[in-house]
Amino acid sequence: MQLARVLGEVVATMKDANLTGLKLLVLQPLSASGEAAGRTLVALDSVGAGVGENVFFVRGREAAFPFYPGEPPADATIIGIVDHWSLT
Amino acid sequence: MILARVVGTVVATRKDERLVSNKLLVARPVDPSGKADGNYLVAVDTVDAGFGETVLIVSGSSARMASGMKDCPVDAAIVGIVDTVEVQD
Repeated sequence: MQLARVLGEVVATMKDANLTGLKLLVLQPLSASGEAAGRTLVALDSVGAGVGENVFFVRGREAAFPFYPGEPPADATIIGIVDHWSLT
Repeated sequence: MILARVVGTVVATRKDERLVSNKLLVARPVDPSGKADGNYLVAVDTVDAGFGETVLIVSGSSARMASGMKDCPVDAAIVGIVDTVEVQD
């Protein structure tokens, strides 16, 4: 999983039927210090995240698992909203 | 998933039989503001996207979960046509 900040929302009317009703958010992956790190991406949301929040997300085939038994064609899904993190 | 703009089509007569009758498009990844960002890729179109449209591409093994792509040799599928991207400043 990776840390990211939610930057915005994507609206798509024409889409795969298995994506209907699911929220698409634009994410900026973050480094441990909270800086932007890497390219932005679009992820599904399974936890009710919103713009401006820090979240963590899962990549790959596992991105569909939060929606089981649904099978949305997703390769990234937000699976947690981060309250805070710290490095010891 | 990534945002990308459709910039062309691919025609291939000889191809894996499970790709027959699928539309293949050339897409260029874009950032949320629409600026090109990264290398071109070939993606299977499952939503009837067209030239110049901004689309949503799912990559990797998840691409096989797109409609009609079960057990097909694909690692990038267009699964949505983007209407708008709203990004906080």
